[in-house]
Amino acid sequence: MSGYIPRDRAWHPVPLSPEYKTSVTRAPRFAPLAFDTTLSEETGPAFGHDILGERDNDLIHNFAASGESALGPRIIVHGRLLDQSGRPVPDALIEVWQANAGGRYRHKTEGYLAPLDPNFGGCGRTITDAEGRYRFRTIRPGPYPWPNGPNDWRPAHIHFSVFGRAFAQRLITQMYFEGDPMVPLCPIVRTISDPAAVAQLVAPLDMDAAVPMDALAYRFDIVLRGGRQTLFENRAEGM
Amino acid sequence: MGQTPKHLKETPSQTAGPYVHIGCTPNFCGIPGVYSQDLGAAMVNDRTKGPRITIVGCVRAGAGTVLRDAMVEIWQADAKGHYPLPPATPDTSDTPETSGDADPHFTGWGRCPTDMDTGAFRFDTIRPGPVPHRAGGLMAPHISVWIVARGINLGLHTRMYFPDEAKANAADPFLSRIEDADRAATLLAGSEGDGVYRFDIRLQGDGETIFLDV
Repeated sequence: MSGYIPRDRAWHPVPLSPEYKTSVTRAPRFAPLAFDTTLSEETGPAFGHDILGERDNDLIHNFAASGESALGPRIIVHGRLLDQSGRPVPDALIEVWQANAGGRYRHKTEGYLAPLDPNFGGCGRTITDAEGRYRFRTIRPGPYPWPNGPNDWRPAHIHFSVFGRAFAQRLITQMYFEGDPMVPLCPIVRTISDPAAVAQLVAPLDMDAAVPMDALAYRFDIVLRGGRQTLFENRAEGM
Repeated sequence: MGQTPKHLKETPSQTAGPYVHIGCTPNFCGIPGVYSQDLGAAMVNDRTKGPRITIVGCVRAGAGTVLRDAMVEIWQADAKGHYPLPPATPDTSDTPETSGDADPHFTGWGRCPTDMDTGAFRFDTIRPGPVPHRAGGLMAPHISVWIVARGINLGLHTRMYFPDEAKANAADPFLSRIEDADRAATLLAGSEGDGVYRFDIRLQGDGETIFLDV
């Protein structure tokens, strides 16, 4: 056997959750076809650090007018990108997006009455260092209502798009904030059945990484799929 | 008490939501100036080797409705069947020694949001070569496809094969494992001539695309 460890689909959200209405018509009815990963899934796109602009990982300033900054509680989000064996994943692209401090996205299909912040775009990106570490600076996003049930609200969250070294590792997820009472109420969070899996998406406050008189910090470690041992033995000589 | 698990648990997925464009293709959704261009918009340049092809399609939900808020990514080998090794941006990789045997002028990776009015996606790329399979033999030319959107809780993997590769497809170790021929057809693109291939993805319902647990 070789290749990547199969996804634990009981740990991931269920595809179809009646409580999350859009999933009802967008979830496949057939079970996905299982097979061992091949070169097509064990390779993936790589991005050089040279694609990054100086302010790509600073959402407080990367859309702001000169001398201005985004409104809201200033925070640093940082962590490590690991695979399931606990090894760091270096040089991996992480993209993030989020609502502004009032819970409003800069998007034409967005209908919430909270105002846009003229100095906040809502996107950022960074690439992990040699030890798999990443960090970016932003403002804490606000919660917001969404058209699902009659009175559903999303807890404050930041979306993450993560690349590893393989297309099989591709992952999009959301980070929530420690202590937010809205997390367990959210129909999207509740597509995950195991409380321990939900807990993996909740970033704790990290006072050690806070910058005095500047920004609080939250720590969010991310784990991508790992390879079976033989994969790496094969790769050493084969790739 | 059981033993300590051998592996860490993978971070669980959450839906990309309706605003995936903000993070992944900000220029497409009216957030200009943060990044010079949206990643994955260009896969080839003038020096990329191989026959040019265009892949067009859309993503349909169970009721047949076209998704106007999805994002599709593709990943493929170069014209000789080699996968690029880093770095992989079409304009900056002038250093073949960092690209292994792969074409340094081909990224292999594309990203396209579905059009907000029509739901269409489009990739301008090259026809991939056959790729070696670990068990021996070759996989027929194919393109890996990954779909995310609001209402999709875990990104969906599938593969696009070419309709004009009957012999290679018949010998493909993956296609030949699919028992239901009707369903296998969902992995075949349609040819629209002039190197244009149509790959419509059906999330649910009649002609539901085969998705892969990879």
